[in-house]
Amino acid sequence: MAASAAAAAIEAPIPEGAPILEVQGVTLQYKTREHLITATYRVDFSVYPADRFVLLGPSGCGKSTLLKGVAGFMKPVEGEMRLKGRRIAAPGPDRVMVFQEFDQLLPWKTVRQNITFALRNGGRCSRESDADEIAMSYIRKVKLGGFENTYPHMLSGGMKQRVAIARGMAMEPDILLMDEPFASLDALTRRQMQEELLGLWEETRFTVLFVTHSIEEALLVGSRILVLSPHPGQVKAELNANQHSHANVGSAEFTALQTRIHDMLFADRVLEDETVRRGS
Amino acid sequence: MSAVRERPRTDPVPRPEIERTPIDVRHIGQIERPLSGIERVWNVQIVRNLTVLVMFVVIWEAYTRIADIPPLLFPSFTDTCVAIVDAFRDHRMLAKISFTLTSLLTGYAVGLVAAAVLVSAASIWRVWADILTTATAMFNPLPSIALLPLAMLWFGLGTFSLVFILVHSVVWAVALNAYVGFQGVSPTQRMIGHNYGLRGVMFAIKILIPAALATVLSGMKIGWAFAWRTMIGAELVFGATARGGGLGWHIFENSELLNIRQVFAGLFMIILIGVLVEYAIFRTVELRTVRRWGMQR
Repeated sequence: MAASAAAAAIEAPIPEGAPILEVQGVTLQYKTREHLITATYRVDFSVYPADRFVLLGPSGCGKSTLLKGVAGFMKPVEGEMRLKGRRIAAPGPDRVMVFQEFDQLLPWKTVRQNITFALRNGGRCSRESDADEIAMSYIRKVKLGGFENTYPHMLSGGMKQRVAIARGMAMEPDILLMDEPFASLDALTRRQMQEELLGLWEETRFTVLFVTHSIEEALLVGSRILVLSPHPGQVKAELNANQHSHANVGSAEFTALQTRIHDMLFADRVLEDETVRRGS
Repeated sequence: MSAVRERPRTDPVPRPEIERTPIDVRHIGQIERPLSGIERVWNVQIVRNLTVLVMFVVIWEAYTRIADIPPLLFPSFTDTCVAIVDAFRDHRMLAKISFTLTSLLTGYAVGLVAAAVLVSAASIWRVWADILTTATAMFNPLPSIALLPLAMLWFGLGTFSLVFILVHSVVWAVALNAYVGFQGVSPTQRMIGHNYGLRGVMFAIKILIPAALATVLSGMKIGWAFAWRTMIGAELVFGATARGGGLGWHIFENSELLNIRQVFAGLFMIILIGVLVEYAIFRTVELRTVRRWGMQR
């Protein structure tokens, strides 16, 4: 079923200049044991092909929930999400998720098997030999040649994330969904991974929807940034960030945008503090 | 007045900065050293376990010899070994072992299948999850032996009764462990499975079972131990069933005849088979799966 959906997507290319992903008026809610929580409220945005689209916001702004919605793990209570014009109803291999957690690699499979598993079950390859070939080429792309037969528990955090990214890219999905993929890495590895991701994007120009809470990371990785307000997440701004990279960190322009976003997010905090003070 | 003591405000002492060049690695000497032969042999699990086993045997033999215990009450290790050889020659030990193992394995296999069906249903439909947890709470504490009189009344004095109570002894322990294991599978791994299009039975086979294999295996071990106890217990209490006796019957029969050496031989065979199954099967499976995958150390 998933395979045929993916095949249909390939047959019907989207028209020139049309968005690949449209999110319109999406409200997402989830239940905890005691509360019904509205994570996002009437969020709109559109992602175009080859975008590095960043969802940025403080914790509690529903950005991860929004990503899970796009992945099909959650259904919106209001509004709709369309991928290439088709309504998103369930998870599928045309939208591959890369998580923050290291256990996203299946520990019972080697690096290569983790990728071929995705390719075979996701309906991209029916023959193991084809899957092997694709897996190996992506393993080399993320500079893990020689580690293909290693089990995930032998890898460092950065290497695990590289495998997860290789697996996601090997699927060649319509859109790659990344949920704070570098958040559990140390600062040095994180920077290296950001550069590598940009290098891979330069090579293949995939479309990626990237969630982060770091303003700096949003500026470095993103070509366009959606700034969300906290609790529930609402769109505060949609900004261009294509001109920024590791080369101009600390420049006046970079810092100006960083401050602008910081103020946008911080404004809420001040207001909240004031209402609390007035209330008490 | 205040419990918080005022600390004198000091600034960090100013010191000059230091920069050094690391010396050449060749001058350091040992950085990596292969472990010595003894260290490596001692790192092999089976060697350590065998050592413990040999120690037990030595203590046993020494105790019976030094304390001069009458072999009628407590035969030594060597006596027991002789008795085992006798048992295979004169007491149809092989047939008894095969009878016990056949019933045991049948019951165990049926129990595993039943548990698999129950757990699959429980992870798909919530009603079945409720049924499973309630049934487990009810039947897990109920010793299988307690059901044997009923089973014999219903199904007669045959292998079927034995298999029936064996299944009862296996199914709840295995099902409970597997179900708990499935519930503990990380949400990320579940999402990965769904993301790549796995649903229903394929999801269980390709994600849930391998992800929960450590708990599933430990449930299978507990089930195996329960099955053994039930099997031997049933033979001890009710003697041989119509078709012939097994290891439990061997122990019972010989204790009636006050042939304690043969009782020891029977007990020793049970221990031997238990150890063999533990190391040759369960440990091997663990080594090749959960340990290799880094899910258990």
